[in-house]
Amino acid sequence: MSSQAPVVKRRIGDLVFSNLAIGSGVAILVILAAVAIFLFAESVPAFLSEQDAAPDGFFAYVAPFLFGTVLASIIALLIATPLAIGIALYISHFAPRRLSQALGYSIDLLAAIPSVVYGLWGMLVLAPFLNPSYLWLNENFGWIPFFEGPVSATGRTMMTVGIVLAIMILPIMAALIREIFLQTPRLHEEAALALGATRWEVIKMAVLPFGKAGIISSAMLGLGRALGETMAVALVLSGSGVITFALLTSTNPNTIAANIALQFPESSGTYTSLLIATGLVLFAITMAINMLARWVISRRSEFSGAN
Amino acid sequence: MSMRIELSSLNVYYGSFLAVEDINMVIEPNSITAFIGPSGCGKSTLIRTLNRMHEVIPGAYVKGNLTMNGEDIYSPSVDPVKVRRQVGMVFQRPNPFPTMTIKENVLSGYRLNNNKMSKSDADALAEKALKGANLWNEVKDRLDRPGSSLSGGQQQRLCIARAIAVEPEVILMDEPTSALDPISTAAIEDLAIELKEKFTVVIVTHNMQQASRISDMTAFFTIADTGLPGKLIEYDRTDNIFSNPKEKQTEDYVSGRFG
Ligand SMILES: Nc1ncnc2c1ncn2[C@@H]1O[C@H](COP(=O)(O)OP(=O)(O)OP(=O)(O)O)[C@@H](O)[C@H]1O
Ligand SMILES: [Mg+2]
Repeated sequence: MSSQAPVVKRRIGDLVFSNLAIGSGVAILVILAAVAIFLFAESVPAFLSEQDAAPDGFFAYVAPFLFGTVLASIIALLIATPLAIGIALYISHFAPRRLSQALGYSIDLLAAIPSVVYGLWGMLVLAPFLNPSYLWLNENFGWIPFFEGPVSATGRTMMTVGIVLAIMILPIMAALIREIFLQTPRLHEEAALALGATRWEVIKMAVLPFGKAGIISSAMLGLGRALGETMAVALVLSGSGVITFALLTSTNPNTIAANIALQFPESSGTYTSLLIATGLVLFAITMAINMLARWVISRRSEFSGAN
Repeated sequence: MSMRIELSSLNVYYGSFLAVEDINMVIEPNSITAFIGPSGCGKSTLIRTLNRMHEVIPGAYVKGNLTMNGEDIYSPSVDPVKVRRQVGMVFQRPNPFPTMTIKENVLSGYRLNNNKMSKSDADALAEKALKGANLWNEVKDRLDRPGSSLSGGQQQRLCIARAIAVEPEVILMDEPTSALDPISTAAIEDLAIELKEKFTVVIVTHNMQQASRISDMTAFFTIADTGLPGKLIEYDRTDNIFSNPKEKQTEDYVSGRFG
């Protein structure tokens, strides 16, 4: 008698599915590598013949744009995150059923507006509308470096860019966070209620902790969108290569993406390479932020409620 | 302290659907009362009216009278949150908060009322509640691990610890052992018997042996047909219900001859 190895029956469906899954996984890596290689290869000339393109060196060139990119995105995130959480909470836990459905649809609709429209709106409507409040901020809180004068006459400032970006990323963030809040297990909400928690306490005890990882993920998604946003920034801001924390003046740092879009059509030779190198920096920053987010989420995954 | 609960002409609705009809009963303090009956007869529905958890379901409401130590808990001036702080509840499936540690879980109800608590007070309270739930020895070395790292039976006792940490006067348990193995079940049954020293305990169970082992009083509910309301058929001392029921339906049910 011989012991037989178990016969593994290969089902065609399993085979197709596993190949499909592996293929997609590999495709993502290949695309990522291709983009990275393109960015590297195309930006090399900028470093080899630095003198021509950027007289003070590459980092002096990219620093203001990097600063502008991060500043605009942080403003956007600071405004959008609490608002998105509030909207999502209202829709998922407070609004009457009908209203919450209507609100859900309108948020999805907002998410579908192209960024160039947001940019035009920000430039033509929001900027002049906000300018009086900038004057007021400067008069009353001018001692805070952010609100230093002289206030721009048009309202097309870093602050406006931050607000436009916030409005732009708000719908997708709110929609994602709402989905997460709706998935809070009923069991946990009832546990909190039965302990004598008020509605707000239920949210603190069961809904927000359960949704934390999801909130961080959607904030990172929003941040990613804000970092790479080109049209809305290019339309609102006439930026330059300065570094300043003053948000209300007419001298503002541009963002990397907007700078590339504005400069690229007239660029050539090593200057093109220089611009591509700034794109590489943007790529690296975005990736670093995503990795940071993953790390934050995984740190307490034991407590995530996934098990 | 513990409470005397009195239900009179209580009707329980889900929207226009009358789920439980005309309940009259008195639940004595420091006793265990078991609710038994076939699936769908409204045991869970009724037990959830005792801590006003029924009304958190949209459209659900209660008519009639429900008093605890003489006070009408459904009077408009009574805050349901206050009621729930006096009436603790343990659910069918263990539901510790997954985002909290074992200790935080135990203290979670207490922290709702009193935010300021010194660390030593908190430790002492957590220890007392966990000992009260017969869980202390198993978890004392890992109080900072997530509540979800425990076994199902341990999680259920953690939920009991969480419920008794706020020192309620009534403890409601809706099939607390239906998801547990016999050993964990025995642990929770022993615990229920200890708990009645301090609390009024109401337990829903499908397990006849469990009802006869631990309860002082048993209420048998049934439902004539789907869509009709559940009714209280017989409510008596547990030994009477199981050995000498007055109603034919009760006898059929407890002897397993229920059609
Ligand atoms: N959320 C709800 N909305 C509407 N009807 C409900 C709801 N929950 C329960 N019911 C109905 O109320 C009746 C009683 O249900 P309940 O859950 O109280 O029964 P039960 O005795 O606890 O049953 P089981 O032993 O299976 O747990 C059933 O007809 C059920 O369909
Ligand atoms: Mg039930």
